[in-house]
Amino acid sequence: MKNTEELFEYLATHFGEDLFTIEGGDIGEKWITIPAERLKEVAKFLRDDDSLLLDMLMCLSGVHYPDDNELGVTYHTHSTENSHKLTFKVRVSVDNPVVPSLESIWKTADWHEREAYDMFGIIFEGHPNHTRILCPDDWEGYPLRKDYVPQEFYQGITTRE
Amino acid sequence: MTTDTENTIGKREMTINMGPQHPSTHGVLRLELVLDGEIINKVTPFIGYLHRCFEKYAEEVKDYSKVIPYTDRMDYVSAINQEHGYVLGIERMLEIEVPDRVEHIRVIVAELQRIASHLLGIGAFGLDLGAFTPFLYCFTEREKILDIFERTTGARLLYNYMAVGGLMRDVHDDFKKDTTEFVKTFRPKIKELNDLLSYNEIFIKRTANIGVLPEKVAINYAASGPVLRGSGVKWDLRKNDPYSIYDRFDFDIPVGTGEVGTLGDCWDRYIVRVRELEQSLRIIEQAVEAMPDEGDVMEAIPKRIRPKEGELYVRTESPRGELGYYIISDKSANPFRIKARTPSFVHLSMLPAISTGALIADMVSIVGSIDIVLGEVDR
Repeated sequence: MKNTEELFEYLATHFGEDLFTIEGGDIGEKWITIPAERLKEVAKFLRDDDSLLLDMLMCLSGVHYPDDNELGVTYHTHSTENSHKLTFKVRVSVDNPVVPSLESIWKTADWHEREAYDMFGIIFEGHPNHTRILCPDDWEGYPLRKDYVPQEFYQGITTRE
Repeated sequence: MTTDTENTIGKREMTINMGPQHPSTHGVLRLELVLDGEIINKVTPFIGYLHRCFEKYAEEVKDYSKVIPYTDRMDYVSAINQEHGYVLGIERMLEIEVPDRVEHIRVIVAELQRIASHLLGIGAFGLDLGAFTPFLYCFTEREKILDIFERTTGARLLYNYMAVGGLMRDVHDDFKKDTTEFVKTFRPKIKELNDLLSYNEIFIKRTANIGVLPEKVAINYAASGPVLRGSGVKWDLRKNDPYSIYDRFDFDIPVGTGEVGTLGDCWDRYIVRVRELEQSLRIIEQAVEAMPDEGDVMEAIPKRIRPKEGELYVRTESPRGELGYYIISDKSANPFRIKARTPSFVHLSMLPAISTGALIADMVSIVGSIDIVLGEVDR
């Protein structure tokens, strides 16, 4: 069992220190930020490496950071073999929010990524069924973005009270 | 001419909708089935019919504690467990020490709720497969739990009972007596349930060897709770990542063994739930025994909830599996972001993986055995 710092050091020896940054708030858990273009390669390593074996993706969440004009995806993983946990993030700009899909690595990412697309408009490259999941297919806008304004009419029906 | 007809008849597929209003989909769920006769070639679940914007609401409510009633409404048959996860998360962010008495009451009500939820799951599963009587037996027992809840919290389904740092009100004077009484009367009923349903030959025929979920697939899909344990993985957050005071109690983790069929089939998932009833009773007994009689359940409730900047992911074992809340605080009065990771959402996503090639009638077994609550899927 390793903590986040030890996992970070282990990853840094494999991929080089420059690739990642380790961050954290005043409280709570720390996380690692990974550049989007290397995400898939790193994720595969996280799952398959013998001393990591992060075989379960517990949660995948989209986040909107309006101050930085960025969208982010947070991945929470844990290992059923080694029982350590790792949180990692990807940040992309709102204008070109493309993140590689991890559906082929952890199957559970399938629906979670669709939800993140539905709510934040993050585009997951390589996803086999890239459609909305909770909202109707012809819904406009991405509801969980901080600057979201609900559409006034949906198929001729008012959305106000 | 004859050969032509044979080719077209043999290969014609039919697409039908199961739901959104279908008695065995446990809520508003639409399954699009592509059928070759009775055999399912492809299944696509469509969800979102009950989407109530939980996450958006939580970000705009301007108060952390006003989110609690909304967590109740996600999984409306195990509301206490949903609240428990959320308040734990906020307490960890605020670094509050919760009084011992509160922790004990929380564990007791959470385990009672787990029994109530499993009884509903088991009863409805039997009902889906045509066993009407066990459903009534389960509901009679569930009613007794709801009576205890009614006296304790004032509500029967959606409680709003837990508060950050404590409880909304103290338990009534007879709480210990009522709970002990329930444990005593309920224990023999588990055997009755086994005789009536679990080892019923028709029931076994309808559930064994159906909807087999192998261990590797279960982990890759991040299954949890009885669904994961049904595939033989000994994984329970109450033991593997203990929260609250679960590390003080002695209980076992039942897992599926492929007793009447293949490991990870519908029957294994079902029997794990039945065996968990007994384990919950053991936890309740120990918690009632150890619960302090004196103490103010409201003393640790903060006047103002303003966590520092940071984020965490808190996970608890709800009756359906791993319930996670990903909470980000930006020092304001409401959470910057809350994501509820609900077990039913994840379990429903693996439906295509385990039901391709099954019969339509088996689809009913499979949906029943993963025990989904659509309120939790759609949030």
